[in-house]
Amino acid sequence: MSLTARVAPPRYLLGQALHAEWTKFRTVAGPAWLLAGVVTLTLAAGTAAASTARCQSAACGLDPATVSFTGIYPAQAVAAVAGVLAIGNEYSTGMIKVSLTAMPRRLTWFLAKATVLIAQVLTASALAVAGAALAGRLILPGHGFTSAHGYASLTSVTDLRAAVGAVLYLTLIALLSLGLVAAVRDSAAAIGLVLGVLYLFPLAADVVSNPALGRHLDQIGPLPAGLDAQATIKVKGLPLTPWQGLGVVALWTAGALLLGALALKSRDA
Amino acid sequence: MTTHAVVPLRAPLTPERESFWHLVHAEWTKFRTVRGWVIAVLVTIVAITAFVFVSTDVSSGCNAVQGASSAATAVACPAQPTGPGGDPVQDVFYFAHQPVTGNGTITVQMTSLTGQTPVAPAGVVPDGGQAGPGLQPWSKAGIIIKENTSQGSAYAAMMVTGSNGVRMQWDYVNDTPGLAGRVSASSPRWLRLVRDGGTITGYDSADGTHWTLIGTAALPRLTSTVQAGLFAAGSSDDSDLGTLATGVFRHIGLSWPATGWTGTSVGGAGPNSGVPVPGTLRQGAGSTTVAGFGDIGPAAGNMYSGNGQSLQRTLAGTSSGLIPLIVVAAMFITAEYRRGLIRVSLTAAPRRGRLLAAKAVVIGAAGFVAGLVGAALALAVGTPLLLRSGPLQWPVSLLTEARMVVGTAALLAVAAVLALAIGTIVRRSAPAVAIVIAVIFVPWLLAFGPLAGQGGGAGGWELQVTPLAALSVQQAVPQFHQLITIYSLDNGYYPLAPWAGLAVECAWAAAALALAFFLLRRRDA
Repeated sequence: MSLTARVAPPRYLLGQALHAEWTKFRTVAGPAWLLAGVVTLTLAAGTAAASTARCQSAACGLDPATVSFTGIYPAQAVAAVAGVLAIGNEYSTGMIKVSLTAMPRRLTWFLAKATVLIAQVLTASALAVAGAALAGRLILPGHGFTSAHGYASLTSVTDLRAAVGAVLYLTLIALLSLGLVAAVRDSAAAIGLVLGVLYLFPLAADVVSNPALGRHLDQIGPLPAGLDAQATIKVKGLPLTPWQGLGVVALWTAGALLLGALALKSRDA
Repeated sequence: MTTHAVVPLRAPLTPERESFWHLVHAEWTKFRTVRGWVIAVLVTIVAITAFVFVSTDVSSGCNAVQGASSAATAVACPAQPTGPGGDPVQDVFYFAHQPVTGNGTITVQMTSLTGQTPVAPAGVVPDGGQAGPGLQPWSKAGIIIKENTSQGSAYAAMMVTGSNGVRMQWDYVNDTPGLAGRVSASSPRWLRLVRDGGTITGYDSADGTHWTLIGTAALPRLTSTVQAGLFAAGSSDDSDLGTLATGVFRHIGLSWPATGWTGTSVGGAGPNSGVPVPGTLRQGAGSTTVAGFGDIGPAAGNMYSGNGQSLQRTLAGTSSGLIPLIVVAAMFITAEYRRGLIRVSLTAAPRRGRLLAAKAVVIGAAGFVAGLVGAALALAVGTPLLLRSGPLQWPVSLLTEARMVVGTAALLAVAAVLALAIGTIVRRSAPAVAIVIAVIFVPWLLAFGPLAGQGGGAGGWELQVTPLAALSVQQAVPQFHQLITIYSLDNGYYPLAPWAGLAVECAWAAAALALAFFLLRRRDA
């Protein structure tokens, strides 16, 4: 009598992988803290920026969405950490061997990881951005962002686009981090790479004195491109249109995910 | 049968093994034997150095370099006048003068100083400046004794200013305050310059009888015959419209024989110069009016200067070099936690504070050396690249260059220690690296970003209270308080004095190290 006959052969479905990854997420405290960090930082920095911003005249040139979403600058670092640790922790604890034994189809496992991460970060950043937009809506009209200065409404379609852009931006950055950490397998190196890519482009663009080169840097860097997606005024003068900006971020993310998937598929864990 | 007591083998603790430097040596061995870390430090050096090829690519203004292939198309820069001290100067003003020989005195009463900024054509929003009437804080008019009317010649002047009271200035870089307050018909200002050989003394007075000595200028190379007279300079900010300053002079007294005033636009005027139209001299009954654009002073980043580049451009790669160094410095301790090596380390060196100190010494030294090599290379490679596009904005002494290089090295060393301390506090690589990078870079991005200038104005709080305040060690162009220059980051000026900025970063590292020390001793490893 054979024992094996009674055990159904494993089928390694995506649904099972998703369930497993979801269980990992909800039974560990770390990710929840990181998501709380995204929300807190976005809200706190946005409220602080809105409270200090003053628009004295119609030519003040301040974008209310940029002011409200100032918190995206620090919050994206937290979203990046969430993306990095989703896979980085598996490598640093050796859990990756167990995970890949249970789910030998690595790309399915990777997809499940990405899906669970999207769900987490999308939810957290939607909450965060909605809160920051609301705070800006309440505070900014009292600080000169009035119709007299050309800010007719802070709840128009443009403002909605800026908010959606900010939410998608944070989610894409978390995914970019997921792809890079799968490629380099080390949390510290991955977070250094992600934050380097994010923060160095705008700084380099500010430092170069060649305006054409600076504009190109603003076009290809994911952070400035993502900021273009959050603009509500002077959209015509931006290096990229809002959706092009989001497209550039998506290209970076796609590239990183591809790199991560290839490395995961072709390498020993 | 005999029993032998089993004596455990134990190496005697020699004094060397107890010593701190032994611990430093052990940590150094840990550091240098991890190949990835050594590579990351090399990447730091390469990143700092290689960035000069981007940051020295200057293609705007008179210094345009249209790529290396067509450098011949670069527009020639206007010759930069230099002052008696050899420093680049701006010397553009309207001068009503007459030649005078030998010792003597010039005295005037000033009753008015007004300023006017030409209104911009419709649709043009001036960049940062206000259109319409407006006196700039350093708009000036007064009396001057100047060697001749060519730019850069020696001079001494007494003047009233827009909002800085009466000043005595000489030879471009010197400035001494006199009576405070604005000049008006009800509170006139009397100004006097006395020439005695190579010395010119300035006095001011509110009533024309009680005089106060303001300053004494030594101009040893002054020729016997010089030009003395009245001047006005609008001293605009960086708006490209310029400000016209108009001064009203009464009771002009010359001890020399008077020969009549000649009006000269020092530095020229016209569409191709910084001054749109020449100034004016109007002599009426009892009062003389002189109006002029321009400014007299050091040429450090002002619109009338030669537009040269600042040497600190060559060190712009410091930010990219910081990132790999921060990753390594944080991992220097977090890797021990991840691998459980920390237990071995603390067993070998039970005095935990000393372990942390040893790690700080090693990673700080690694950061210092990387910064020293990177900055020295960047300066060596970048200076000739920068000079392709014309002379430097301000001549940089060897001492200043040394400060820039050593300061950059110290900046990296302290950042590495900060990362080590944060790594000890949070014990996990990714959060530690993210915290340090965010603390260092986010304020900097905000200082440059779309909210720049809000609240803080030029030199916002971001670079005064955060670790990157230390970038001020790279300041290559001095700041002169008597200049209307936008001393902002965009123009390459940091808000703090060089070593003060580094002290801010040191304070951050010290606070983090203190918390790390406290937690390391208190917690289980």
